[in-house]
Amino acid sequence: MTIAGWLLIAVFVGVLLALAKPVGLWLFALYEGRRTPLHAVLGPVERGFYRLSGIDPQEDQSWRRYAVHMLIFNAAALLLTYVLLRAQAVLPLNPRGLGAVGPDLAFNTAISFTANTNWQSYAGESTMSNLSQMLALTLHNFLSAATGIALAFALFRGFARRPSPNGGATGIGNFWADITRVTLYLLLPLSIVLGLFYIASGVPQTLAGSVDVTTLEGARQTLALGPVASQEAIKMLGTNGGGFFNANSAHPFENPNALTNLIQMLSIFAIGTGLTYTFGKAVGNTRQGWAILAAMMTLFLVGTTVTYWQEAAGNPVLHNLGVPGGNMEGKEVRFGVAASALFSVVTTAASCGAVNAMHDSFTALGGMIPLFNMQLGEVVIGGVGAGIYGFLLFAILAVFVAGLMVGRTPEYVGKKIESREVKLAVLAIAVLPLVILGMTALAAVLPVGLAGPLNKGPHGFSEILYAFTSAVANNGSAFAGLTANTPFYNGMLGVAMWVGRFFIIVPMLAVAGSLAAKKHTPETAGSFPTTGPLWTGLLIGIVLIVGGLTFLPSLALGPIADHLAMIRGQLF
Amino acid sequence: MNNDILTSLRPALVMTLLFALLLGIAYPLAMTGIGQAVFPSQANGSLVMQDGKAVGSTIVGQAFTSDRYFQTRPSAAGEGYDGLASSGSNLGPTSQVLADRVKADVQSHQAAAPGRPVPSDLVTTSASGLDPDISPEAAFYQIERIARARGLKAGEIRRLVERQIERPIFGFIGEPRVNVFELNRRLDGVSAKPSR
Repeated sequence: MTIAGWLLIAVFVGVLLALAKPVGLWLFALYEGRRTPLHAVLGPVERGFYRLSGIDPQEDQSWRRYAVHMLIFNAAALLLTYVLLRAQAVLPLNPRGLGAVGPDLAFNTAISFTANTNWQSYAGESTMSNLSQMLALTLHNFLSAATGIALAFALFRGFARRPSPNGGATGIGNFWADITRVTLYLLLPLSIVLGLFYIASGVPQTLAGSVDVTTLEGARQTLALGPVASQEAIKMLGTNGGGFFNANSAHPFENPNALTNLIQMLSIFAIGTGLTYTFGKAVGNTRQGWAILAAMMTLFLVGTTVTYWQEAAGNPVLHNLGVPGGNMEGKEVRFGVAASALFSVVTTAASCGAVNAMHDSFTALGGMIPLFNMQLGEVVIGGVGAGIYGFLLFAILAVFVAGLMVGRTPEYVGKKIESREVKLAVLAIAVLPLVILGMTALAAVLPVGLAGPLNKGPHGFSEILYAFTSAVANNGSAFAGLTANTPFYNGMLGVAMWVGRFFIIVPMLAVAGSLAAKKHTPETAGSFPTTGPLWTGLLIGIVLIVGGLTFLPSLALGPIADHLAMIRGQLF
Repeated sequence: MNNDILTSLRPALVMTLLFALLLGIAYPLAMTGIGQAVFPSQANGSLVMQDGKAVGSTIVGQAFTSDRYFQTRPSAAGEGYDGLASSGSNLGPTSQVLADRVKADVQSHQAAAPGRPVPSDLVTTSASGLDPDISPEAAFYQIERIARARGLKAGEIRRLVERQIERPIFGFIGEPRVNVFELNRRLDGVSAKPSR
């Protein structure tokens, strides 16, 4: 580990914390439906969208209606993507004449991008036409991110709203207004600015498919090109993570230098961090937001330290062959060990899944942290919207546990937490271990599953475990040695991604609806304080024990066994 | 519930269409237009032209196998530096295949520069298989081999390398690195290519 490496981590965290309030305030304006300076330009577009689709943005939707409209909209966009991918060969903007995407891969990919996962069983440059990249995939990078943020707004309203005194039903907002505002006034303008920065830095933006060069040694090299920068910007900002190229943000055309790399890491975390502030603002006490951010940041820094330490220490197997230093297998020289380790923790703490180094080639414990981050449910900052609503489900459990310990009625930010909310929260949280461990176990005994891993021994098991963890947690990064483009893995992972997204969202929205109907309970001397270090410590404990402990046996079989083999020099 | 589904159909279909036009067509095309007009070189792959034809991109690595050139890192992209098949090796830390490959590469490098430990980036594959850079140590390691092949003085090549080292921004954003394509072009400038 180097001073420069730690300085990079410190500056990254510093900039992020400085961004939390301004980003959070901007998001709060969108949450409230207030006018922003951008309304002067984009206001007519917003109103036009509502008029053409017959939407009344003032309608306050019940949680059921919010959920149904969200699901049908996601299903419609998913279908569009599936059709576009299947018909790719006959559609325009296909300069290299790529064939249609096969049915199982198109199924997997359509779900993957709809669910904000961006798991890719394919290599972008050899599979997707420019039209598919733009219309089928970039579109979902916006929509799945906007959906996540809208859902977080809905849950915030559950906590913040007071039922009307005349007994009328209390809704949780309007889905259409939420996604339209988030897209027009946040995601699109930021993507334009970041996209232009990426182009200026060397990220291609062209409709050409490729260019031929004759190298200095006289060989022929064909470089894949395309509209990369426009996709890159929203890919990071929306914590999508699906690369234009197979190597993702390790590809020099996606991430040409250390500065673009830093901006990409900040883009991944910016909105998720801001949302903690927005939450505090929404419930009328910004300290509530800071307490959550403190818990997230603590978990993040511990993870970063472990991965950086392990990657800098390097692989003893290579040291014994006379190759000293940190682990550079699967890493780019321009990023080195520090920025690769940091990126890997950021991308898995958030549900991004973009990579600037190959996690499969990390040291055993260095690669375990990305895996563990996802198993926690990606609540360490997390995906845009998904991180904070996932974390708030843990907060509900935390006040419940605290209530049991001290014998008080659990309350959180002015709302009583009762058996219905706790049951729904547990239901949502239980999806993760059930599906991840169930599907991993199945794949680890079936021949079609065992055909997948590239590596042998415990690392091969880690590849399978990582794939299902990544899918259910909606991350999308991979231990990419796994051959996943098979009907078995495409099908299983497709189902895993769908369940991991929507089987958490629906109970979460039910919690929002249930909370919105409750009257406000003012804080008294008897309330358990949900700000301050004691609360932050309790949150961390609940996330680790409830979220993490379930996975310990599977980690022992994979990365921990791999680590013991690595230090003994046992190879597979 | 049924009512919720019915009321969702028109907005779901029309909004999908409108967003598709705005975000999937207008946005990338507008960015392409601006990119091509304002940053034409970067938007088209940062290509370097020599005698009217492209000889490479300044930000994507290419294969160098000859003793007369600084070599790039081992590559898992296709047969090596395949611009249509970016990829890492994805070999894990306890892989026998990885250990065998590194061992063979160490031996071949040490044959040219006996007795010195090989810088790790020279015997490890990058994440993309298209890494344009090597570390300054990896460049210094290759100087004597190139000096012999080109009949140049080692000191002269060393000065060339030192001029090509890119330092981290503010000392901590990035790693010290040498772009191999740029370095080799300078090298050809000092002693011309052999006629082939």
